[in-house]
Amino acid sequence: MRDVAVVSFSQSAVARDATHNEVEMLVPTVHSAIAESGIPKADIGFVCSGSLDYLQGGPFAFVSGLDAVGAWPPIRESHVEMDAAWALYEAWVAIQTGEVDSALVYGFGKSSPGDLHEIMTLQTDPYYVVPLWPSMVDLAALQARSYMEESGRDEKDLAQVAARAQQNGRQNPQAVRAGDVSAEQLLAQPVTHDPLRDADIAPITDGTAAVVIAAGDLARSVCERPAWIRGIEHRIEAHSLGVRDLTQSESTRAAAIAAGANSGEIQVAELHAQFSHEVLMLAEAIGLKATPVGRTAGLQPGDECGSGARRRSGLPHLVGRGAARRGPRSLRSVPAAEHGVRLGGELRWPATESQLSGSARRITVRRARTCRSRDWCARRRSRRSTTRV
Amino acid sequence: MAELLEAHVLDYPGGYTRSVGPVIGRFLSGLRDGRIEAVRLADGRVLVPPTEYDPTTSAEVAPDGPHWIEVGPRGTVQTFTWVAEPRAAKHTLTKPFAFALIRPDGADTALLHMVDCSGPDAMRVGMRVAPRWRAERTGHVTDIEAWIPLGDGEEPEAAPLRVPAEDEQPVTTITTVTRLEYTLTPGQATARYLAGLGEGRIIGARAPSSQDVYAASRGTDPITGDATTIEVEVQDSGVITTFCVVNIPGLSELAPEIPYVSAQILLDGANNTFFGLIRGISVDDVHMGQRVKAKWADELKPDHTSILWWEPTGEPDEDYARYKDYL
Repeated sequence: MRDVAVVSFSQSAVARDATHNEVEMLVPTVHSAIAESGIPKADIGFVCSGSLDYLQGGPFAFVSGLDAVGAWPPIRESHVEMDAAWALYEAWVAIQTGEVDSALVYGFGKSSPGDLHEIMTLQTDPYYVVPLWPSMVDLAALQARSYMEESGRDEKDLAQVAARAQQNGRQNPQAVRAGDVSAEQLLAQPVTHDPLRDADIAPITDGTAAVVIAAGDLARSVCERPAWIRGIEHRIEAHSLGVRDLTQSESTRAAAIAAGANSGEIQVAELHAQFSHEVLMLAEAIGLKATPVGRTAGLQPGDECGSGARRRSGLPHLVGRGAARRGPRSLRSVPAAEHGVRLGGELRWPATESQLSGSARRITVRRARTCRSRDWCARRRSRRSTTRV
Repeated sequence: MAELLEAHVLDYPGGYTRSVGPVIGRFLSGLRDGRIEAVRLADGRVLVPPTEYDPTTSAEVAPDGPHWIEVGPRGTVQTFTWVAEPRAAKHTLTKPFAFALIRPDGADTALLHMVDCSGPDAMRVGMRVAPRWRAERTGHVTDIEAWIPLGDGEEPEAAPLRVPAEDEQPVTTITTVTRLEYTLTPGQATARYLAGLGEGRIIGARAPSSQDVYAASRGTDPITGDATTIEVEVQDSGVITTFCVVNIPGLSELAPEIPYVSAQILLDGANNTFFGLIRGISVDDVHMGQRVKAKWADELKPDHTSILWWEPTGEPDEDYARYKDYL
């Protein structure tokens, strides 16, 4: 296996954007990721994107995204009709084949023009489920109740997750929801999708994200602290809602183990969860001891297809660029997380296509990052310095 | 600049029709007959609704055989959520209802369906329910109108009798309404272009890094990916690069009669082609290299209807060299 690392990351604001079209939203993100990578655009070997045509309501809508990259003379390029986290997976595989040494990965999701919760229904079973039109929130609510019945967790636990996300969001300028709210305050709000409240449900936003990844020596030559991808895994569960065990995420558990989540202490984790109960379920499936909080705390982005990559990329951004510049407080609420940032190092990403939310959103990304010991990282640093001298 | 919004509808008129295959078809045929059919898998579990494959082993599930059994009609709610505001034209119930996963008696899995009851307080996990069948059943999951609470010792209602047609066949297709509505915003570059149409002008743009001008730019130079920040007006005349004769009626509101010609037009002052209809000439006389000019509508609006069609100018044809790179 080749070593592959994230060498740059860029993202747009996380908000509804009525001013720009998809291409205009992508231009600054893509160009920034390329510029920060230190790799000339012409030298990037592969381009892979993730998006969902239904968000624009037109076939092959994703093709216009390439106008933000520049695709003439023809480039080596691919697209997944999924979250860009899977585009990153494809790019990682492309580098593993040895055909290319670097790749640009971008995702875009402009969810606001349509009814996102209804659109996502079209990703469910077309014979038994779509004709009934459950929204993605309805399906998430079914899972939330299943999970609560089985685990003994209750609405207070969900409210605590939501409250904590908003509290952490106060340190994140891009947080969609931020504020000094308590679980009790959230519990006083009405239940909108029984048993979920609005605070448990990600707001609908638009956004884009991009990363550049590179293989071993190239990554080391362009980036002082590449964020190495040490594990990446993709698992899926049965498609039929009534067949799966909705009370847990077996696919996440299996993917986490396969990606190496058990092989070292996990010091910081970013979870792509759009509902409060998903945070708890994912943390349990991965084996996180505490409810994880990362840099994207408070984001709760609802930009389908961009948000997975965003979460996936938030970590390497911390690792590679240093959270210090962004203020060490961004992760203060989880001391271990801050620790991880200082150490830099290792990324492990279990990814599952699990329809975990029970939701129409079939693509759900989970990732957790582990960092080896301080000594190990120190050795790496000194070795690199020696080489350079 | 006034905000330009466009209502966009993604619709399959009459609904989207799918072939269901023999396994799902048998289940749906059963619903039409007022029966809930399930399949017993190799490991003994009873799967409902049936799929063509065992969800654990992926082994094939045959559409016929003794593994097909009837389950229900009583069932138990496994989980639920309340839909306070049913969606018009999507949900078949017009008053608030619950979505629930319901495990029919005799089955090991649950199916998604609706429960019609007095309110969320009447719902609980473990509650007993039974189907309320439609009288007119067509072989669709909504042949069960909804499930309703079933009291202790209460007998489920039988499905109303339905007299099948003499030549009735197993269900092979279903039709589902698939309509999505959007409110699109054009973005900055397209908004400038649309505003130009409302003034009788065709606005293009170019990036600072290039001399190439794109009429109706989406905001970037597609060769470089650079933002097209410089606005350039292009001419409402140009040369036909390629075209086709359309013989299908009803495709364009601007072309009520067939046959008509759709063409790519390289506008004077632009470096990309522009789509337009060609009229004012017999379709047999349209040709590559022909010079054409826009026919503007009397009433200009910031949308594509401002240009009704394009018609020949009578000028000499352009040399092939002029447009060969735009084919």
